[in-house]
Amino acid sequence: MSLDMSPAALTRAEPRLMRAEPLLTMRDISKTYGDVRALRHVDATVYPGEVMGIVGESGSGKSTLLRMMNLEDTPDHGDYTLRLPNRDDGNLFDLTRYERRMLCARHIGIVYQNPHLGLLMKHSSSGNVAERLLIAGERSFEVLRAKAREALDASEFPLSRMDARPIELSGGMQQRVQLAKAIALEPALLLLDEPTTGLDVSVQALVLDTLKRLQRDRKITMVLVSHDLGVIRTMADRVMVMRHGEVVEQGLADQVFQDPQHPYTQQLVHAKL
Amino acid sequence: MSLSSLTKPWSATSYGFLDASAKRELRRKMLKAIAVPGCQMPYASREVPMARGWGTGGLQVTLTLVNPTSVVKVIDQGADDGVNAASIRRFISRVSGAGETWDTLAASIVQSRHRVPEEVMREDQILVLQVPNPEPLRGVEPNISIARQMHADADYGKLWLTLYEQIVRKGRIMQGAGYPSMVNGRHVMTPSPIPRWDVPKLNMAKHLTFLSAGREKRLFAVPPFTRVEPLVFSDRPYQVEHHADLTCRRSGVSGYFMNELPVDGGGSAFEVSDSNLGIKAIQQAEGAPVEIGKTWYRNGEFSA
Repeated sequence: MSLDMSPAALTRAEPRLMRAEPLLTMRDISKTYGDVRALRHVDATVYPGEVMGIVGESGSGKSTLLRMMNLEDTPDHGDYTLRLPNRDDGNLFDLTRYERRMLCARHIGIVYQNPHLGLLMKHSSSGNVAERLLIAGERSFEVLRAKAREALDASEFPLSRMDARPIELSGGMQQRVQLAKAIALEPALLLLDEPTTGLDVSVQALVLDTLKRLQRDRKITMVLVSHDLGVIRTMADRVMVMRHGEVVEQGLADQVFQDPQHPYTQQLVHAKL
Repeated sequence: MSLSSLTKPWSATSYGFLDASAKRELRRKMLKAIAVPGCQMPYASREVPMARGWGTGGLQVTLTLVNPTSVVKVIDQGADDGVNAASIRRFISRVSGAGETWDTLAASIVQSRHRVPEEVMREDQILVLQVPNPEPLRGVEPNISIARQMHADADYGKLWLTLYEQIVRKGRIMQGAGYPSMVNGRHVMTPSPIPRWDVPKLNMAKHLTFLSAGREKRLFAVPPFTRVEPLVFSDRPYQVEHHADLTCRRSGVSGYFMNELPVDGGGSAFEVSDSNLGIKAIQQAEGAPVEIGKTWYRNGEFSA
C-alpha cells in the first residue's frame, strides 16, 4: 500500500487549538511573478494565541505568504479573513489600499529580517514606536512617550537608550525596537519574518526568549517564518512546511519534527539533525 | 465653409501679460484648489519675466485675478519698498492697468512673500502667497509619488513624528516658518514660509488665500472661513514667536511681529515687519488723518 503524500493527508490538526474559531484564514492563495509561481493554492489557518511556524528553503514562498498576511501584496486569487472585534469577515484583499493600511497599522505587527525595512533609521527608537501610535491617532506627547517606553520595556530594550537612533544600535537592539514597534498597539497578529537571522547565537537566544515571554504573557498570536528549524522548534506550536510555493506538510511542531511524513520534510529534519 | 468663417477675428489676448489659455487653466486650477482646501493642484507654470523662485507662482495667480479696477499691494517679508516687491507691483500695474498701493486696507489683491499683513483682511480681498516649496512632506518623503499617496491617505504620521523628534531632541518644537497646518481637517499644507505668528491669521479668515509655487508648479488655497490648524500635540500648545513685548524702534508700535536687526555692541534692535503699519503709526503720531485697521493681534495677543 502506497503512502498518501497529499497536503490534506499530511495535515495533522491539534484538537486543543482547533476548538477556537481561527483568527486568520487564507484560502486558495496563488501568486505569480512573471514566470515564477511564488504561491500555489495555499491554505493557511492560524488560531488565537498560537505560534504558527512556516519553514522551507529559500524561494519556497514563505516570505511571500507573510507579505500577503501583512497585506503588502495581493494574490492573483484567494481569500483572506481575520476575525477581529467589530469587523466583518469579508475578504481583506477586497479592501482599498487605505483600508488595508489602516487595518495593518491597528491590528497587525511585523518584524522584518532587515531592520532597515521596518525602522526609520534617522529617527529615535522611541520615535519609531511612537510613529505607529501616531498613525492610530494618538496626539498626546506624554501618552506617546509613556506607551513607547512601555513597549520598549516589554521588548527588553534598555530604556536609557530609548532616544538613540536605530542606526547607532546593534542588530539585536534594532530587532527589539522593531518588536516594540510591532507590539505597541497590542496587535491581534504578530508576523515575524526571520527575526533572528544574522544575529549571533547568544543575541538570537535573547530575542527568542523575549518573543516567548511576550507570547506567554500577552497571548499574542504569532506567525514565524524561518529557515532555521531550531528556531521554529523552540517557538512554534504548529508548523507549515513549504516548497516551490506549496504547502507540503503541516501539523503540530513536535509531530512534524519527530515523525515527518513528506520526503522533503524528512530531508529538512534530517539535514538539520 | 472656410476655417476663418468658423473662428473669431484675431485679437490680442495677452491682457495682464499671460495669454488667455494660460489664465483659463490657472482659473480652473484655482477653482479646484478652492473646492478642495489645502490640496495641491498642479498647473503648467508659465514663463514670466522673472527668474523661478522669485515669486513667479504668486505673480501668475495675481495676473490671472487682476483687472483694471484692482488695487494691488505687494510685500516682501512685510516690506512694501523691497526691490522685488516694488518691481512686481509695478509690473502688474503696467500690464493690467491696476492701481498700486502700500495700504492693506486699500488693496483688493495682496501678493506677499512670507508674511500676512498685520491688519485684518476683508471678505473682498485676496491674499496671494508666494511659496518656494509647496510640499509639507518633502522633508520626510522625497519621492513625490509616494507623498501624493500619503496625502490621499491623510497619512501624516511622519510629519507628526518630526515634531515628536524635535521635542525629544530639543525640548520644544523647533519648526519656525512654514509650520505644517491641517486645512479643513483633511489636507496638511505648508503655509509658505510665513512665521508661526501668521498661521493663526489664516484660520477662519474672511479673505481668500491662494498659495502658489511657480518653480514647483503647484497651487493650493484656503477659502474664506476655513479651519487652518497647526499640527500640535494635545499637551504641547501651539506657540508663536515671543514678539509680544518688543517695540519698533522707528514707529514705537509694539505687540506685532518684528524684524531683528543687529546693532553695534552685539545687541539687537527691532522694527515692525509690516512696514506700512509702521509708516501709518508714525503718520498718525504726527497728526495725519491715517486709518489703521483692526489688527489680528492686540497687545501681542491674537484677538481677531
